Amino acid sequence: MRKMYRVRVQILPKEGVFDPQGYTVRGALEKLGFDGVKEVRLGKLIEILMEAEDESHVRTLVSAMCDRLLANPIVETYRLLDVEEVP
Amino acid sequence: MRCAVVVFPGSNCDRDAYHVLKNVFCLDSHYVFHEESFSPDEFDLIVLPGGFSFGDYLRAGAIARFSPVMESVRRAAELGKFVLGICNGFQILTESGLLPGALLRNRNLKFICRDVYVRVTNNRTAFTCSLQLGEVLRLPIAHGEGRYFVPSDRLKVEQIVFQYCDEHGTVTDEANPNGSILNIAGIINERGNVLGMMPHPERCCEEILGNTDGRKIFESLIAYFSWRKEHAAD
Repeated sequence: MRKMYRVRVQILPKEGVFDPQGYTVRGALEKLGFDGVKEVRLGKLIEILMEAEDESHVRTLVSAMCDRLLANPIVETYRLLDVEEVP
Repeated sequence: MRCAVVVFPGSNCDRDAYHVLKNVFCLDSHYVFHEESFSPDEFDLIVLPGGFSFGDYLRAGAIARFSPVMESVRRAAELGKFVLGICNGFQILTESGLLPGALLRNRNLKFICRDVYVRVTNNRTAFTCSLQLGEVLRLPIAHGEGRYFVPSDRLKVEQIVFQYCDEHGTVTDEANPNGSILNIAGIINERGNVLGMMPHPERCCEEILGNTDGRKIFESLIAYFSWRKEHAAD
């Protein structure tokens, strides 16, 4: 029987790709006195509610979603943050 | 020369492109909706116009690349038909892998809408054969995600067709509006039939609009196309 899962995927600009949003936010934090902040990277958090057989099936499907659509491998990396079964 | 202008939900330069092809250059031109398909030899030139296809959601061009019409575009490109992606069309071409690299948020995070100068860095293409090497064109840009990025091993120097420059043709960082790597404004695939560019040549093809520099790109294509046709008949 298929179960319901809530999945969160994090997408970040790749190392070496200039991230102007992160750069700007870092500057703003510095102005607020947070002088220890060396780098900020801004990405996306995608939350997906989906049906699947089990957790490993979820991981396979979400990786395929990221490879095909959710992330652009030339400039972004993705990471599956958590998979939670929803009752 | 039979031309197609692809219309995605959110395209907003489709009519400009169609008008220029049909009324300025008197070419046999047709709109093709994103849900339609066409046979690979149906059109000689396929234009992917500017706009905000699918609201630019996720990434510019990321969703449009999966429109049914893109399979037809890919097959036509494989057959050697010309494909011209302008602005959002360029973004769709990179997302679909028909051109290398990616287009990212402008480095100043602003939507930039103004005229820029670009230098013809390669005139040995069908899209630039009527232009001089180093010729400077003034073309309008209007984009928020035009910062071209490509890993160095994915693009050959001769694939760079247009570079942002100053009015004298010097490629400088000050003349780079969006932070594109090597000031790249337009690139071509290795085979030489698919070109993507952020500036809008279709917006400057008529005297009444105050600038006709965009004409030269369409004139190059038309000249190349007729030359190839004659050549094939020999």
